[in-house]
Amino acid sequence: MNDYQYDNQTVKGFVVSSVFWGVVGIVIGLLISIQMWRPEFNFAPFFTFGRLRTVHTNSLAFGLGVGAIFGLSYYILMRLTKRPLLFPKLARIQLYLFNIGIAAAAVTLFMGMTQSLEYAELEWPLDIAIVILWVMFAVNVFGTIIKRKEEQMYISLWYIIATVIAVAVLYIINNLSIPVGPFKSYHLFAGVNSANVEWWYGHNAVGFVFTTPILAMFYYFLPKSTGIPIFSHRLSIISFWSLVFAYLWTGAHHLVYTPLPDWIQTLGIVFTIFLIAPSWGSVVNGYYTVGSDWDKMNTQYLTKFFIMGITFYGLQTVQGPTQGLRVVSQLIHYTDWVPGHVHMGTMGWVTMTTAASIYYVIPKIYHTEIYSIKVANIHFWLVLIGQLIFSITMWITGIQQGALWKAVNDDGSLKYSFVETLTKNYPFWQLRTVGGLIFTVGMLFFIYNIYMTIRRGSLAEAKA
Amino acid sequence: MAGGIYNKPIVFALTATVVILIGTAVTMFYPMLTPEMHPKLENLKPFTALQLAGRDIYQREGCVNCHTQTVRPLKSEVMRYGEYSKAGEFAYDRPFLWGSKRTGPDLARIGGKYPDAWHYKHFDKPQAMFAESNMPAYTFLKDEKLDPASIEAHMKGLSMPYTTEEMAALSGKTGMDALVAYMQVIGTAVKKAAAPAAAVASTVKEKHFENPLAGNPQAIAKGKDLYAKNCATCHGANAKGDIGPSLVDDEFFYEKGDLPDDDYFEVTNNGTSEGYTEDGRVGKGGMPGFKDSLSKDDIWSIVAYLRSIKGK
Repeated sequence: MNDYQYDNQTVKGFVVSSVFWGVVGIVIGLLISIQMWRPEFNFAPFFTFGRLRTVHTNSLAFGLGVGAIFGLSYYILMRLTKRPLLFPKLARIQLYLFNIGIAAAAVTLFMGMTQSLEYAELEWPLDIAIVILWVMFAVNVFGTIIKRKEEQMYISLWYIIATVIAVAVLYIINNLSIPVGPFKSYHLFAGVNSANVEWWYGHNAVGFVFTTPILAMFYYFLPKSTGIPIFSHRLSIISFWSLVFAYLWTGAHHLVYTPLPDWIQTLGIVFTIFLIAPSWGSVVNGYYTVGSDWDKMNTQYLTKFFIMGITFYGLQTVQGPTQGLRVVSQLIHYTDWVPGHVHMGTMGWVTMTTAASIYYVIPKIYHTEIYSIKVANIHFWLVLIGQLIFSITMWITGIQQGALWKAVNDDGSLKYSFVETLTKNYPFWQLRTVGGLIFTVGMLFFIYNIYMTIRRGSLAEAKA
Repeated sequence: MAGGIYNKPIVFALTATVVILIGTAVTMFYPMLTPEMHPKLENLKPFTALQLAGRDIYQREGCVNCHTQTVRPLKSEVMRYGEYSKAGEFAYDRPFLWGSKRTGPDLARIGGKYPDAWHYKHFDKPQAMFAESNMPAYTFLKDEKLDPASIEAHMKGLSMPYTTEEMAALSGKTGMDALVAYMQVIGTAVKKAAAPAAAVASTVKEKHFENPLAGNPQAIAKGKDLYAKNCATCHGANAKGDIGPSLVDDEFFYEKGDLPDDDYFEVTNNGTSEGYTEDGRVGKGGMPGFKDSLSKDDIWSIVAYLRSIKGK
C-alpha cells in the first residue's frame, strides 16, 4: 500500500466518524425537541434537557463538524498541494484520538461535567486533548503546504489556514480556567469579563468552524463537481480578507442590553452589519460561477446542494446581522428565534455543503460512482423541507414569545404570566419535532447512499 | 500586486494572524485592562460553601441552557423580573451564567422572591405547581449527599473565604439544600426598591379602604380563576394554606384576628420580604408582589373571592 492510498484511508476514517457522530447528535436533538413539550421524556439525572442539549451541540459541532473538517480539509489539501500529507501516520493517530476524544466528551457531558460556557462546555482535560488534536492538524496542514508541489495556493487553502490559526487562538484563550478537580474547573475570567471572552469565542467558533472551513469546501468542491472555474478570483480575495478581519469584532452582539459596556456592544453591532459584505462576496461568487451554465442544476446532482447551501449562507448572514440590531434584539433575543436562526445555518448551509462534499469525495477515493443519484435527490428534498419547517416554526414562536413577554393590559400591568407564554409555544415545538424528524429521515437516506457507495467500491476493489 | 503572498504560506499565515488579532485586541484584550470590566457592588458578598455547592449543581445540570440571569433594562422586563442587572453584581461569577435562551423565566432576581419551601416543592415536581410546565423534575437531588472535601477544594480554588464550622455544617446537607441556597442568593446584592405602601402601613391603620368589588358575583368568579392561576400553588387549591398561610381562617400574618380587605390588597400588590409590616402586623416574608402582573381590579377580585369562601 503506497502513501497516497494510506492518506485516503485517513480521509475516509474522518468522514465515516463524522457521519457517525452526526447521527448521535441528530438523534439526541430529536429527543430534546420532544422534551421541550413533553417533560416526562426527561430521564434524570443523565438524560435531562439541561445535560443533553450540550451533548447535542457538542457532538454536532465537534463530532460531525470538526470531523468532516479534518477529513475533507486533508482531502482538499492533498489535491491542492499535489502531494500526500507530510505526516500520514500523525494524521492516522489524530483520527483515533479524535474518536476517543468525542466519545469521552459525550460521556463527561452526560455526567454533567461542564464549564457552562456555550460551545466550550468540555472540561479541562478534554480541552487539553482538543488542543493536542488541533496541533496535530496544524502540523500536517502547514507541513504539507510548505512542502507543496503546486506553487500557487488556491482559495480553499487560505480558508483552511485561517481556520487553523483562529480556532487555536479562540479555543485556548476562552478555555483558560482554574482547575479544582479532575473534571471541574472555573473560568479564569469573572462576570462581565467572562461574558465578553466567552462570546468573543462563541461567535467566532461559529465563524471559524461553521463558516471558513465550509467555504473552503465550497470553493473547492463546487468547481470540481460542476467543472466550472470559480467566477472571480479577485472577489474571493476581497471576501476572504474582509471576512477574517471583521469576524473577530462581533462577539458582543450576543450581549446586547446586558451589563457589558455599551461601546463594546455598539462596536460589535457595527462590524456585524459590515460582515454582510464579505459573506455575500462568497454568495455572489457562487451564483455567478454556476451562472455561466445554470443547466448544471439539472445535469449535475450536487450543484443544487451547493447552490442551496450558499443560499442559506446568504440568508443566514443577512438575518444574523439584523438580529444584532438593538431594536430587533430586544424582541427576539432569548427566544426560539435564535435556535431557528442557528439551525438554518447548521442544517441548511453546513450540513448541506458538507454532505455534498462527502458525496463528491467518497466515490473518488473508492474509484466508483455514487450508488444512487435518486436517493441523493430524495435526501436533498427531505433535509430541505425538514430544515424549513424547523426554522420557520422557530421564527414564528420566537416573535410570539417576544411579543407575549411584553404584552400589557390597558392599565399597564403585564398581560401574561410566564407559564402562559410558555404553553403557547407547545404547538410550534411539536411542529419543530416533525421538521426534525423529516430532516433525520433525509440524513438516513444520505447515510444509506454513502454506505452503499463504499460497499460498491470495496467490492470492485476486491474483484480487481 | 498581492499575488506574491499567495505563494508564501508563512507570510500568508502571519498576515492572517495579525488581521485576526486586531479585532481581538480591541474588543477582548483591551477591555480586560480597563476597570469597567471588573466592577463590584458594595453589597456583593462571596459565595458561602453551601451556595457555591448549589452553583456547581446549577452548572452541572445545565440550568443555564433554559434560564438566563440578566434582566435587560427594558420596561416589560423590569416589571416581570425586577431591577435590571448591574455589571457589579457578577464579580464572583466564574463563569458568568447569563445564558442565551429563556425556555424558562429569567432567574436574575429569584433570590428572596419565594420562601425556601417553594423551591423544594418546585424542584421536586415542577408540574405540581405549574401543571403545564416543561421543566424536568430534580427529585434525585434530595438524596444526593454533598461532598465537603470537594466543595472545600472548589472554595480554595476560587479563593472564597470560609470557616471550618461552615464546612462541617455541609455534611448531612443534600444537593437540593445547596441548590435552594444558591437560588436564594442570586441577585440579592442589588437592594429591592422598598414598596412605597409598606411605610404607610407600618402602624395600625386608622382608616381602611372598602373593597370596591366586595360581593360582586362577576368579580368573585374572576377572582376564583385568578386565584387558581396565581395563588393556589402556595396557598392551596382551597386557600387553606400550604407553603403560605391559610387565607380563609381567622388569622393574618399568623396572628389571631383577621384584617380588612385593603390589607390583603396591599400584601398581594406589594409582596413581602422579611420584616414587612402591614397594619401593625409583622410578616415572615416570601410572598412575591403582583402589582406588575395583576391589575388593581384583579387583586380586588381575588380578595372578593377569598371573602366569599371564608370559613367554608
